[in-house]
Amino acid sequence: MDPRLAVIDRRLQGVKDIIAVTGGKGGIGKSLVASTLALQLARQQRKVGLLDLDMTGPCDHLVLGAEDTWPEERQGLVPAQVHGLAFMSVASFTGGRAIPLRGGDVSNALIELLTVTQWGQRDVLVIDMPPGLGDAALDAVRLLGRARYLVVATGSMLVLQTVRLTLELLHRLEAPVAGLVENMAEGEGGTVAGLADQFGHSLLASLPYDPAVETALGRVDELAATAFAAAVDGLARRLVQ
Amino acid sequence: MHEWALAEGVVTTALEAARQHRTQRIDRLVVKIGQLQQIERELFATALDAVRRDSPGPLDDAEFVLQIEAARFHCRACSADFPYEEAVGSLSHEEAEAIHFVPELAHGYACCPACQSPDFEVVQGRGVWLDAIEGA
Repeated sequence: MDPRLAVIDRRLQGVKDIIAVTGGKGGIGKSLVASTLALQLARQQRKVGLLDLDMTGPCDHLVLGAEDTWPEERQGLVPAQVHGLAFMSVASFTGGRAIPLRGGDVSNALIELLTVTQWGQRDVLVIDMPPGLGDAALDAVRLLGRARYLVVATGSMLVLQTVRLTLELLHRLEAPVAGLVENMAEGEGGTVAGLADQFGHSLLASLPYDPAVETALGRVDELAATAFAAAVDGLARRLVQ
Repeated sequence: MHEWALAEGVVTTALEAARQHRTQRIDRLVVKIGQLQQIERELFATALDAVRRDSPGPLDDAEFVLQIEAARFHCRACSADFPYEEAVGSLSHEEAEAIHFVPELAHGYACCPACQSPDFEVVQGRGVWLDAIEGA
């Protein structure tokens, strides 16, 4: 018997809403969307948590400029406060090292983090989901029963195919999908909107490709001033009312 | 204080097992602790006792038996088998804390003493689990 699994729901019982940002494909801006979404929700005066579940390539801390955080030990781990967010990432413990983990190890690390993190009272917990459709993603879906999935896509055919598989899997797992987001949009998001339509979901936002974002990474006030963040703000208002 | 989170899991799981098996009274609970978890045994025992007191019922008079299982690793690159101490060498306080919180991070701080590969398998000594529950 694994006693960790018995307390994961308890760790999340003070969290009203869980939004899991996923996509299934690397490089589509999932972490940027998750981090900016959490920041914008916090700017809307909500109590927000951000959990980076990418165990081998976490980067939410880079978006936030929070490269030196350490959680407080209090009957588990209480997330560090970063720009108004309760923030937890394995990056706090790795010191920038590569952590070579196989699938089962990634799952174990994910379960450990969910077991020991004390989120307290939160209006929303935004989760940057593990990449891919492997062990970690399956465990996250299994253990985060209340989560709503926000699926990030781009208009690239290569991305759309993987996002289609992600949506199929979420449907098979009966995981609720909040909607789709087109990232790096250059128009009205026709192909992503079409995919959303095929699965009976809404395209909640088209987030523009914005060159200003790259130089704003790590500086949240600059990031908040970008057209990208303005579009994420609209997404946040549609997602959490 | 990480021990408190795990103690809560142990007590919750034991109480659920008692409920499922209609056990009125647990006399003895054997808890195995993997060395990789780097748990402070006394603190864990204190936490178990405190969590038990917050959950009156079958565990009220149970004896908690804590057993540490030594961590052993197997190198996937050269097939060497080695213990925890040989894998990690000397760790700084922060490195030890990192492994304490998320034991898999040992893969970032440890390596095979024979070939220095970080691609090793944890053969035993990871996690906390209920090994035996005795009661009536």
